[in-house]
Amino acid sequence: MREVAVIGVGMTKFGEVWNKSLRDLFTEAGMKALINANVSGSKINAMYVGSMSAGRFVGQEHIAPLVVDYAGLAETHIPATRIESACASGGIAFREACMTVASGMYDLVVAGGVEKMTDISGGEATETLATAADQEWEGFFGMTFPGLYALIATRHMHKYGTTPDQLAEVAVKNHANGCLNPNAHFRRKITAEQVLEATRVADPLGLLDCSPISDGAAAAVICPLKDAHKFVEKPIRVLASGQGTDTLALHERADICTMEATRYAAKAAFAQAGIKPKDVDLAEVHDCFTIAEITAIEDLGFVEKGKGGKATEDGMTRLDGEIPINTSGGLKAKGHPVGATGIGQVVELVEQLRGEAGKRQVSGAKRALAHNIGGSGASCVVHILEVPE
Amino acid sequence: MSVPRFWREIPQRYNLIGKKCTQCGQIYFPPRDVCPKCRRESIGKMEDYKLKGTAKIFTYTIIHIAPTEFVKQQPYIMAIVELDEGPRLTAQLVDIEPENVKIGIRVKAVFRKIKEDGSKGVIYYGYKFKPIS
Ligand SMILES: [Zn+2]
Repeated sequence: MREVAVIGVGMTKFGEVWNKSLRDLFTEAGMKALINANVSGSKINAMYVGSMSAGRFVGQEHIAPLVVDYAGLAETHIPATRIESACASGGIAFREACMTVASGMYDLVVAGGVEKMTDISGGEATETLATAADQEWEGFFGMTFPGLYALIATRHMHKYGTTPDQLAEVAVKNHANGCLNPNAHFRRKITAEQVLEATRVADPLGLLDCSPISDGAAAAVICPLKDAHKFVEKPIRVLASGQGTDTLALHERADICTMEATRYAAKAAFAQAGIKPKDVDLAEVHDCFTIAEITAIEDLGFVEKGKGGKATEDGMTRLDGEIPINTSGGLKAKGHPVGATGIGQVVELVEQLRGEAGKRQVSGAKRALAHNIGGSGASCVVHILEVPE
Repeated sequence: MSVPRFWREIPQRYNLIGKKCTQCGQIYFPPRDVCPKCRRESIGKMEDYKLKGTAKIFTYTIIHIAPTEFVKQQPYIMAIVELDEGPRLTAQLVDIEPENVKIGIRVKAVFRKIKEDGSKGVIYYGYKFKPIS
Protein backbone atom coordinates (compact mmCIF):
# COMPACT_ATOMS: atom_id res chain seq x y z
CA MET A 1 0.00 0.00 0.00
CA ARG A 2 1.22 3.47 -0.88
CA GLU A 3 1.23 6.35 1.57
CA VAL A 4 -1.40 8.95 0.74
CA ALA A 5 -1.52 12.74 1.13
CA VAL A 6 -4.10 15.49 0.88
CA ILE A 7 -2.73 18.22 -1.38
CA GLY A 8 -5.72 20.53 -1.62
CA VAL A 9 -8.99 21.32 0.12
CA GLY A 10 -11.91 23.61 -0.55
CA MET A 11 -15.35 24.26 0.86
CA THR A 12 -18.30 26.56 0.44
CA LYS A 13 -19.67 28.52 3.34
CA PHE A 14 -22.05 26.22 5.23
CA GLY A 15 -25.50 27.61 6.02
CA GLU A 16 -28.79 28.52 4.43
CA VAL A 17 -27.32 29.32 1.05
CA TRP A 18 -30.63 30.08 -0.70
CA ASN A 19 -29.02 31.62 -3.77
CA LYS A 20 -26.92 28.55 -4.63
CA SER A 21 -28.08 25.21 -6.08
CA LEU A 22 -26.67 21.74 -5.46
CA ARG A 23 -24.62 22.17 -8.65
CA ASP A 24 -23.32 25.60 -7.65
CA LEU A 25 -22.25 24.23 -4.27
CA PHE A 26 -20.27 21.19 -5.38
CA THR A 27 -18.71 23.05 -8.32
CA GLU A 28 -17.51 25.85 -6.01
CA ALA A 29 -15.99 23.45 -3.46
CA GLY A 30 -14.37 21.27 -6.13
CA MET A 31 -12.83 24.18 -8.01
CA LYS A 32 -11.46 25.65 -4.76
CA ALA A 33 -9.86 22.29 -3.89
CA LEU A 34 -8.27 21.89 -7.34
CA ILE A 35 -6.89 25.44 -7.27
CA ASN A 36 -5.66 24.88 -3.69
CA ALA A 37 -3.87 21.71 -4.87
CA ASN A 38 -2.34 23.40 -7.95
CA VAL A 39 -3.85 20.61 -10.01
CA SER A 40 -5.52 20.80 -13.41
CA GLY A 41 -8.90 19.05 -13.47
CA SER A 42 -7.84 17.23 -16.63
CA LYS A 43 -5.27 15.27 -14.57
CA ILE A 44 -7.86 13.81 -12.15
CA ASN A 45 -8.23 10.02 -12.42
CA ALA A 46 -11.46 9.53 -10.43
CA MET A 47 -13.98 11.17 -8.10
CA TYR A 48 -15.93 10.02 -5.06
CA VAL A 49 -18.91 12.08 -3.94
CA GLY A 50 -20.66 11.78 -0.58
CA SER A 51 -24.38 12.62 -0.55
CA MET A 52 -26.96 11.25 1.83
CA SER A 53 -30.13 12.01 -0.04
CA ALA A 54 -29.88 14.31 -3.05
CA GLY A 55 -32.95 12.42 -4.30
CA ARG A 56 -35.16 13.52 -1.42
CA PHE A 57 -33.56 16.92 -0.82
CA VAL A 58 -33.57 18.18 -4.41
CA GLY A 59 -35.10 15.33 -6.43
CA GLN A 60 -31.82 14.50 -8.14
CA GLU A 61 -30.13 11.11 -7.90
CA HIS A 62 -27.14 10.01 -9.98
CA ILE A 63 -25.11 13.05 -8.98
CA ALA A 64 -21.58 11.64 -9.36
CA PRO A 65 -21.39 12.14 -13.16
CA LEU A 66 -23.14 15.49 -12.70
CA VAL A 67 -20.28 16.66 -10.47
CA VAL A 68 -17.74 15.69 -13.15
CA ASP A 69 -19.88 17.35 -15.84
CA TYR A 70 -20.25 20.68 -14.02
CA ALA A 71 -16.55 20.75 -13.14
CA GLY A 72 -16.13 20.98 -16.93
CA LEU A 73 -14.65 17.51 -17.12
CA ALA A 74 -17.31 15.52 -19.00
CA GLU A 75 -14.89 15.06 -21.88
CA THR A 76 -12.43 13.23 -19.63
CA HIS A 77 -15.02 10.46 -18.96
CA ILE A 78 -13.34 9.66 -15.63
CA PRO A 79 -15.08 7.26 -13.22
CA ALA A 80 -17.20 8.97 -10.57
CA THR A 81 -18.99 7.20 -7.73
CA ARG A 82 -21.50 8.41 -5.19
CA ILE A 83 -21.22 7.15 -1.63
CA GLU A 84 -24.25 6.99 0.68
CA SER A 85 -23.80 6.26 4.35
CA ALA A 86 -26.22 8.78 5.85
CA CYS A 87 -24.33 11.55 7.68
CA ALA A 88 -21.05 9.61 7.23
CA SER A 89 -21.29 9.76 3.41
CA GLY A 90 -18.56 12.41 3.11
CA GLY A 91 -16.08 10.72 5.44
CA ILE A 92 -16.54 7.40 3.67
CA ALA A 93 -16.14 9.06 0.24
CA PHE A 94 -12.80 10.39 1.53
CA ARG A 95 -11.83 6.91 2.70
CA GLU A 96 -12.72 5.33 -0.65
CA ALA A 97 -10.63 7.96 -2.45
CA CYS A 98 -7.68 7.30 -0.13
CA MET A 99 -7.95 3.54 -0.65
CA THR A 100 -7.88 3.78 -4.44
CA VAL A 101 -4.75 5.93 -4.28
CA ALA A 102 -3.15 3.70 -1.64
CA SER A 103 -3.85 0.64 -3.76
CA GLY A 104 -2.01 2.11 -6.73
CA MET A 105 -5.10 2.10 -8.92
CA TYR A 106 -5.21 5.90 -9.28
CA ASP A 107 -2.70 8.70 -8.73
CA LEU A 108 -4.94 11.75 -8.40
CA VAL A 109 -8.43 11.52 -6.92
CA VAL A 110 -11.00 14.06 -5.70
CA ALA A 111 -13.18 13.25 -2.69
CA GLY A 112 -16.16 15.53 -2.32
CA GLY A 113 -19.34 15.81 -0.31
CA VAL A 114 -22.46 17.88 -0.80
CA GLU A 115 -25.96 18.37 0.55
CA LYS A 116 -28.55 20.97 -0.44
CA MET A 117 -31.02 20.65 2.42
CA THR A 118 -32.96 23.91 2.52
CA ASP A 119 -34.86 23.60 -0.78
CA ILE A 120 -37.48 21.56 1.13
CA SER A 121 -39.26 22.51 4.37
CA GLY A 122 -37.65 21.92 7.75
CA GLY A 123 -40.20 19.18 8.43
CA GLU A 124 -39.45 17.36 5.18
CA ALA A 125 -35.71 17.69 5.84
CA THR A 126 -36.16 16.22 9.33
CA GLU A 127 -38.12 13.30 7.89
CA THR A 128 -35.42 12.70 5.27
CA LEU A 129 -32.76 12.61 8.00
CA ALA A 130 -34.92 10.12 9.93
CA THR A 131 -34.54 7.62 7.08
CA ALA A 132 -31.04 6.99 8.46
CA ALA A 133 -32.74 5.30 11.42
CA ASP A 134 -34.66 1.98 11.26
CA GLN A 135 -37.86 3.02 9.48
CA GLU A 136 -39.76 -0.20 10.24
CA TRP A 137 -39.05 -0.44 13.96
CA GLU A 138 -38.16 3.10 15.06
CA GLY A 139 -39.62 5.60 12.59
CA PHE A 140 -42.97 3.81 12.19
CA PHE A 141 -43.71 4.24 15.90
CA GLY A 142 -43.01 7.98 15.94
CA MET A 143 -39.32 8.04 16.79
CA THR A 144 -37.38 11.03 15.45
CA PHE A 145 -33.68 11.47 14.84
CA PRO A 146 -33.16 13.91 17.74
CA GLY A 147 -35.31 11.50 19.76
CA LEU A 148 -32.77 8.70 19.30
CA TYR A 149 -29.93 10.86 20.61
CA ALA A 150 -32.23 11.98 23.44
CA LEU A 151 -32.64 8.30 24.40
CA ILE A 152 -28.84 8.05 24.57
CA ALA A 153 -28.66 11.26 26.63
CA THR A 154 -31.28 10.07 29.14
CA ARG A 155 -29.41 6.79 29.60
CA HIS A 156 -25.99 8.51 29.81
CA MET A 157 -27.34 10.83 32.53
CA HIS A 158 -28.82 7.86 34.40
CA LYS A 159 -25.70 5.72 34.16
CA TYR A 160 -22.90 8.28 34.53
CA GLY A 161 -24.51 11.33 36.10
CA THR A 162 -23.97 13.50 33.04
CA THR A 163 -25.86 16.79 33.46
CA PRO A 164 -27.82 19.12 31.16
CA ASP A 165 -25.23 21.83 31.98
CA GLN A 166 -22.44 19.60 30.70
CA LEU A 167 -24.36 18.99 27.47
CA ALA A 168 -24.96 22.73 27.12
CA GLU A 169 -21.22 23.34 27.47
CA VAL A 170 -20.64 21.43 24.21
CA ALA A 171 -22.91 23.84 22.33
CA VAL A 172 -21.43 26.92 24.04
CA LYS A 173 -17.88 25.84 23.17
CA ASN A 174 -18.68 24.94 19.57
CA HIS A 175 -20.49 28.22 18.97
CA ALA A 176 -17.48 30.08 20.38
CA ASN A 177 -15.25 28.20 17.91
CA GLY A 178 -17.71 28.81 15.07
CA CYS A 179 -17.31 32.57 15.63
CA LEU A 180 -13.70 32.17 14.49
CA ASN A 181 -14.57 30.26 11.31
CA PRO A 182 -15.55 32.37 8.29
CA ASN A 183 -17.28 29.35 6.69
CA ALA A 184 -19.46 28.49 9.70
CA HIS A 185 -23.27 28.45 9.56
CA PHE A 186 -23.52 30.19 12.96
CA ARG A 187 -21.03 32.84 13.96
CA ARG A 188 -22.55 33.97 17.22
CA LYS A 189 -21.82 33.12 20.82
CA ILE A 190 -24.48 31.49 22.95
CA THR A 191 -24.72 31.01 26.71
CA ALA A 192 -25.49 27.88 28.70
CA GLU A 193 -28.73 29.53 29.87
CA GLN A 194 -29.84 29.97 26.27
CA VAL A 195 -29.14 26.31 25.55
CA LEU A 196 -31.01 25.13 28.63
CA GLU A 197 -33.98 27.42 28.02
CA ALA A 198 -34.27 26.85 24.26
CA THR A 199 -37.42 25.29 22.75
CA ARG A 200 -37.53 21.59 23.63
CA VAL A 201 -37.07 19.18 20.72
CA ALA A 202 -36.79 15.79 22.45
CA ASP A 203 -36.08 15.94 26.18
CA PRO A 204 -33.40 16.32 27.43
CA LEU A 205 -32.37 17.93 24.13
CA GLY A 206 -33.49 21.40 23.05
CA LEU A 207 -33.07 23.32 19.83
CA LEU A 208 -29.56 24.50 20.77
CA ASP A 209 -28.45 20.92 21.48
CA CYS A 210 -29.08 20.11 17.81
CA SER A 211 -26.94 20.80 14.74
CA PRO A 212 -28.72 22.86 12.09
CA ILE A 213 -30.04 21.94 8.66
CA SER A 214 -27.43 23.41 6.30
CA ASP A 215 -26.45 23.63 2.67
CA GLY A 216 -22.85 23.15 1.72
CA ALA A 217 -20.12 21.26 -0.08
CA ALA A 218 -16.48 20.41 0.55
CA ALA A 219 -13.75 18.69 -1.44
CA ALA A 220 -10.23 17.33 -1.04
CA VAL A 221 -7.60 16.30 -3.59
CA ILE A 222 -5.58 13.18 -2.82
CA CYS A 223 -2.38 11.74 -4.31
CA PRO A 224 0.50 9.46 -3.28
CA LEU A 225 2.62 11.10 -0.57
CA LYS A 226 5.78 10.62 -2.62
CA ASP A 227 4.34 12.82 -5.41
CA ALA A 228 2.71 15.42 -3.17
CA HIS A 229 5.60 17.91 -3.14
CA LYS A 230 5.34 18.24 -6.92
CA PHE A 231 2.05 20.06 -6.34
CA VAL A 232 2.23 21.86 -2.99
CA GLU A 233 4.66 22.93 -0.28
CA LYS A 234 2.63 21.58 2.62
CA PRO A 235 1.00 18.26 1.83
CA ILE A 236 -0.74 16.54 4.72
CA ARG A 237 -0.27 12.80 5.20
CA VAL A 238 -3.28 10.53 5.69
CA LEU A 239 -1.83 8.47 8.49
CA ALA A 240 -4.78 6.13 9.03
CA SER A 241 -8.35 5.34 8.08
CA GLY A 242 -10.79 3.15 10.01
CA GLN A 243 -14.43 2.36 9.40
CA GLY A 244 -17.00 0.40 11.39
CA THR A 245 -20.68 -0.53 11.57
CA ASP A 246 -23.27 -1.43 14.18
CA THR A 247 -26.98 -2.32 14.33
CA LEU A 248 -29.19 0.15 12.47
CA ALA A 249 -31.72 0.30 15.31
CA LEU A 250 -30.49 1.82 18.55
CA HIS A 251 -32.58 -0.59 20.67
CA GLU A 252 -30.61 -3.60 19.37
CA ARG A 253 -27.41 -2.47 21.11
CA ALA A 254 -26.38 -3.89 24.47
CA ASP A 255 -25.03 -0.51 25.63
CA ILE A 256 -26.56 2.52 23.91
CA CYS A 257 -24.09 4.88 25.64
CA THR A 258 -21.20 3.36 23.68
CA MET A 259 -20.96 3.55 19.92
CA GLU A 260 -19.21 0.32 19.04
CA ALA A 261 -18.88 1.45 15.40
CA THR A 262 -16.74 4.34 16.67
CA ARG A 263 -14.70 2.08 18.92
CA TYR A 264 -14.08 -0.33 16.04
CA ALA A 265 -13.15 2.41 13.56
CA ALA A 266 -10.93 4.18 16.11
CA LYS A 267 -9.17 0.98 17.13
CA ALA A 268 -8.39 0.21 13.49
CA ALA A 269 -7.18 3.76 12.84
CA PHE A 270 -4.99 3.99 15.95
CA ALA A 271 -3.46 0.56 15.21
CA GLN A 272 -2.73 1.57 11.63
CA ALA A 273 -1.19 4.87 12.79
CA GLY A 274 0.76 3.24 15.59
CA ILE A 275 -0.25 6.00 18.00
CA LYS A 276 -2.52 6.49 21.00
CA PRO A 277 -5.35 9.00 21.57
CA LYS A 278 -2.99 11.17 23.68
CA ASP A 279 -0.77 11.62 20.63
CA VAL A 280 -3.53 13.51 18.81
CA ASP A 281 -3.38 17.34 18.99
CA LEU A 282 -6.97 18.12 17.98
CA ALA A 283 -10.07 16.40 16.65
CA GLU A 284 -13.21 17.09 14.69
CA VAL A 285 -15.92 14.80 16.07
CA HIS A 286 -19.49 14.18 14.99
CA ASP A 287 -21.51 16.46 17.30
CA CYS A 288 -24.85 16.21 15.49
CA PHE A 289 -26.29 16.60 19.01
CA THR A 290 -24.46 17.73 22.13
CA ILE A 291 -24.61 14.24 23.67
CA ALA A 292 -22.92 12.85 20.55
CA GLU A 293 -19.75 14.86 21.25
CA ILE A 294 -19.69 13.48 24.81
CA THR A 295 -19.98 9.85 23.66
CA ALA A 296 -17.52 10.47 20.80
CA ILE A 297 -14.68 11.75 22.99
CA GLU A 298 -15.24 8.72 25.25
CA ASP A 299 -15.43 6.14 22.47
CA LEU A 300 -12.38 7.62 20.71
CA GLY A 301 -10.41 7.18 23.93
CA PHE A 302 -9.70 10.85 24.72
CA VAL A 303 -11.45 10.35 28.08
CA GLU A 304 -12.67 7.37 30.06
CA LYS A 305 -16.22 6.08 29.45
CA GLY A 306 -18.66 8.18 31.42
CA LYS A 307 -16.24 11.09 31.94
CA GLY A 308 -17.04 13.00 28.76
CA GLY A 309 -19.44 15.40 30.43
CA LYS A 310 -17.05 16.25 33.25
CA ALA A 311 -14.10 16.68 30.86
CA THR A 312 -16.16 19.10 28.77
CA GLU A 313 -17.23 21.04 31.86
CA ASP A 314 -13.59 21.26 32.96
CA GLY A 315 -12.55 22.82 29.65
CA MET A 316 -10.42 19.93 28.42
CA THR A 317 -11.97 20.16 24.92
CA ARG A 318 -11.85 23.95 24.48
CA LEU A 319 -9.61 25.63 21.94
CA ASP A 320 -6.99 26.16 24.67
CA GLY A 321 -7.66 22.81 26.36
CA GLU A 322 -5.69 19.59 26.48
CA ILE A 323 -7.44 18.18 23.38
CA PRO A 324 -9.32 20.85 21.41
CA ILE A 325 -12.49 19.30 19.96
CA ASN A 326 -14.35 20.79 17.00
CA THR A 327 -12.16 23.82 16.46
CA SER A 328 -14.21 24.54 13.32
CA GLY A 329 -17.37 24.95 15.38
CA GLY A 330 -18.32 21.34 14.72
CA LEU A 331 -21.59 20.25 13.20
CA LYS A 332 -23.32 22.37 15.84
CA ALA A 333 -22.01 25.77 14.72
CA LYS A 334 -20.13 25.17 11.48
CA GLY A 335 -23.25 23.47 10.15
CA HIS A 336 -24.24 20.00 9.02
CA PRO A 337 -24.91 19.62 5.30
CA VAL A 338 -24.90 15.88 5.88
CA GLY A 339 -23.06 14.57 2.78
CA ALA A 340 -20.46 17.35 3.05
CA THR A 341 -19.80 17.06 6.78
CA GLY A 342 -17.10 14.36 6.68
CA ILE A 343 -15.09 16.23 4.05
CA GLY A 344 -15.67 19.51 5.89
CA GLN A 345 -13.92 17.90 8.87
CA VAL A 346 -10.95 16.99 6.65
CA VAL A 347 -10.80 20.61 5.43
CA GLU A 348 -10.51 21.79 9.05
CA LEU A 349 -7.81 19.23 9.87
CA VAL A 350 -5.75 20.20 6.81
CA GLU A 351 -6.03 23.93 7.58
CA GLN A 352 -5.00 23.31 11.19
CA LEU A 353 -2.05 21.08 10.23
CA ARG A 354 -0.85 23.58 7.64
CA GLY A 355 -1.07 26.33 10.27
CA GLU A 356 -3.69 28.20 8.22
CA ALA A 357 -6.58 28.14 10.70
CA GLY A 358 -6.29 31.81 11.65
CA LYS A 359 -7.79 32.76 15.01
CA ARG A 360 -8.78 29.19 15.80
CA GLN A 361 -5.28 27.80 15.12
CA VAL A 362 -4.09 25.16 17.60
CA SER A 363 -0.43 26.09 17.90
CA GLY A 364 2.04 23.43 16.87
CA ALA A 365 -0.65 20.98 15.71
CA LYS A 366 1.07 17.96 14.17
CA ARG A 367 -1.65 15.28 14.27
CA ALA A 368 -5.41 15.53 14.01
CA LEU A 369 -8.36 13.16 13.92
CA ALA A 370 -11.73 13.29 12.15
CA HIS A 371 -14.72 11.25 13.35
CA ASN A 372 -17.84 11.03 11.20
CA ILE A 373 -21.01 9.12 12.20
CA GLY A 374 -23.93 7.89 10.15
CA GLY A 375 -27.40 7.55 11.70
CA SER A 376 -27.51 6.92 15.42
CA GLY A 377 -24.08 5.27 15.18
CA ALA A 378 -24.62 2.43 12.70
CA SER A 379 -21.77 3.78 10.55
CA CYS A 380 -18.55 5.43 11.62
CA VAL A 381 -15.38 6.47 9.86
CA VAL A 382 -12.24 7.80 11.54
CA HIS A 383 -9.23 9.41 9.86
CA ILE A 384 -5.93 10.53 11.34
CA LEU A 385 -3.92 13.13 9.43
CA GLU A 386 -0.44 14.41 10.21
CA VAL A 387 2.22 16.83 9.09
CA PRO A 388 4.78 14.64 7.28
CA GLU A 389 8.37 14.64 8.60
CA MET B 1 -45.76 3.63 3.85
CA SER B 2 -47.39 1.39 1.22
CA VAL B 3 -50.29 -0.80 2.27
CA PRO B 4 -48.63 -4.13 1.30
CA ARG B 5 -45.55 -3.16 3.27
CA PHE B 6 -47.68 -2.47 6.31
CA TRP B 7 -49.71 -5.70 5.97
CA ARG B 8 -46.49 -7.68 5.89
CA GLU B 9 -45.62 -6.40 9.37
CA ILE B 10 -49.06 -6.84 10.91
CA PRO B 11 -48.58 -10.09 12.89
CA GLN B 12 -45.49 -8.68 14.57
CA ARG B 13 -46.96 -5.24 15.24
CA TYR B 14 -50.41 -6.46 16.29
CA ASN B 15 -49.43 -9.44 18.37
CA LEU B 16 -45.76 -8.97 19.31
CA ILE B 17 -44.71 -12.05 17.38
CA GLY B 18 -40.95 -12.37 17.38
CA LYS B 19 -38.66 -15.25 16.51
CA LYS B 20 -37.01 -17.95 18.57
CA CYS B 21 -33.85 -19.63 17.33
CA THR B 22 -34.48 -23.30 18.13
CA GLN B 23 -30.77 -23.97 17.61
CA CYS B 24 -29.64 -21.87 20.60
CA GLY B 25 -32.88 -20.75 22.27
CA GLN B 26 -32.32 -17.00 21.81
CA ILE B 27 -35.48 -14.92 21.33
CA TYR B 28 -35.58 -11.98 18.90
CA PHE B 29 -37.86 -9.01 18.46
CA PRO B 30 -38.19 -7.45 15.93
CA PRO B 31 -38.16 -10.79 14.09
CA ARG B 32 -35.14 -11.69 11.98
CA ASP B 33 -34.43 -14.54 9.59
CA VAL B 34 -30.90 -15.33 10.73
CA CYS B 35 -29.77 -15.79 14.35
CA PRO B 36 -26.62 -13.65 14.86
CA LYS B 37 -25.24 -16.31 17.21
CA CYS B 38 -25.87 -19.37 15.00
CA ARG B 39 -26.05 -17.74 11.55
CA ARG B 40 -26.23 -20.50 8.88
CA GLU B 41 -27.00 -23.12 11.53
CA SER B 42 -30.22 -21.21 12.25
CA ILE B 43 -31.61 -21.38 8.72
CA GLY B 44 -35.01 -23.05 8.85
CA LYS B 45 -34.87 -23.09 12.63
CA MET B 46 -36.27 -19.62 13.39
CA GLU B 47 -39.78 -20.14 14.74
CA ASP B 48 -42.49 -17.59 15.51
CA TYR B 49 -42.55 -16.74 19.19
CA LYS B 50 -45.29 -14.81 20.98
CA LEU B 51 -43.89 -12.38 23.50
CA LYS B 52 -45.80 -11.69 26.73
CA GLY B 53 -45.55 -7.93 26.30
CA THR B 54 -44.36 -7.22 29.82
CA ALA B 55 -41.28 -5.05 30.05
CA LYS B 56 -39.40 -2.33 31.89
CA ILE B 57 -38.33 1.10 30.68
CA PHE B 58 -34.68 1.14 29.59
CA THR B 59 -34.54 4.79 28.46
CA TYR B 60 -37.01 7.44 27.27
CA THR B 61 -37.53 10.89 25.76
CA ILE B 62 -40.40 13.30 25.33
CA ILE B 63 -40.89 14.21 21.67
CA HIS B 64 -41.90 17.87 21.32
CA ILE B 65 -41.21 18.21 17.60
CA ALA B 66 -42.81 15.27 15.81
CA PRO B 67 -42.90 13.94 12.24
CA THR B 68 -45.94 15.16 10.24
CA GLU B 69 -48.05 12.05 10.89
CA PHE B 70 -47.52 12.40 14.65
CA VAL B 71 -47.90 16.16 15.08
CA LYS B 72 -51.43 15.79 16.50
CA GLN B 73 -50.05 13.62 19.30
CA GLN B 74 -47.14 15.83 20.42
CA PRO B 75 -45.77 16.03 23.02
CA TYR B 76 -45.56 12.26 23.47
CA ILE B 77 -43.19 9.90 25.23
CA MET B 78 -40.98 7.46 23.32
CA ALA B 79 -38.99 4.76 25.04
CA ILE B 80 -36.78 1.77 24.54
CA VAL B 81 -38.34 -0.95 26.70
CA GLU B 82 -36.72 -4.23 27.67
CA LEU B 83 -39.11 -7.17 27.32
CA ASP B 84 -39.01 -9.80 30.09
CA GLU B 85 -37.83 -12.33 27.49
CA GLY B 86 -34.77 -10.13 26.80
CA PRO B 87 -35.21 -8.23 23.52
CA ARG B 88 -35.56 -4.45 23.51
CA LEU B 89 -37.83 -2.41 21.26
CA THR B 90 -38.79 1.19 20.57
CA ALA B 91 -42.37 2.24 21.37
CA GLN B 92 -44.57 5.05 22.62
CA LEU B 93 -45.53 5.16 26.30
CA VAL B 94 -49.17 5.99 27.09
CA ASP B 95 -51.40 6.46 30.14
CA ILE B 96 -48.56 8.08 32.09
CA GLU B 97 -47.57 11.72 32.63
CA PRO B 98 -44.08 12.67 31.38
CA GLU B 99 -42.98 13.70 34.89
CA ASN B 100 -43.77 10.23 36.22
CA VAL B 101 -41.68 8.31 33.69
CA LYS B 102 -38.53 6.74 35.13
CA ILE B 103 -35.99 4.20 33.96
CA GLY B 104 -36.92 0.79 35.40
CA ILE B 105 -40.71 1.29 35.61
CA ARG B 106 -42.73 -1.85 34.71
CA VAL B 107 -44.88 -1.54 31.60
CA LYS B 108 -47.01 -3.76 29.36
CA ALA B 109 -47.94 -3.72 25.68
CA VAL B 110 -51.34 -2.41 24.58
CA PHE B 111 -52.88 -2.36 21.12
CA ARG B 112 -53.45 1.20 19.90
CA LYS B 113 -53.71 3.42 16.85
CA ILE B 114 -50.19 4.50 15.88
CA LYS B 115 -50.93 7.11 13.20
CA GLU B 116 -53.13 8.08 10.27
CA ASP B 117 -51.83 8.54 6.78
CA GLY B 118 -54.11 11.39 5.75
CA SER B 119 -53.41 11.29 2.03
CA LYS B 120 -54.19 7.56 1.70
CA GLY B 121 -56.84 7.38 4.42
CA VAL B 122 -55.00 4.48 6.05
CA ILE B 123 -54.97 4.08 9.83
CA TYR B 124 -52.02 2.19 11.24
CA TYR B 125 -52.26 0.17 14.44
CA GLY B 126 -49.60 -1.42 16.59
CA TYR B 127 -48.21 -1.71 20.10
CA LYS B 128 -47.67 1.02 22.66
CA PHE B 129 -46.73 0.47 26.30
CA LYS B 130 -48.46 1.58 29.50
CA PRO B 131 -47.52 1.26 33.17
CA ILE B 132 -48.50 -1.90 35.05
CA SER B 133 -50.42 -0.41 37.97
ZN1 LIG C 1 -29.22 -19.17 17.54
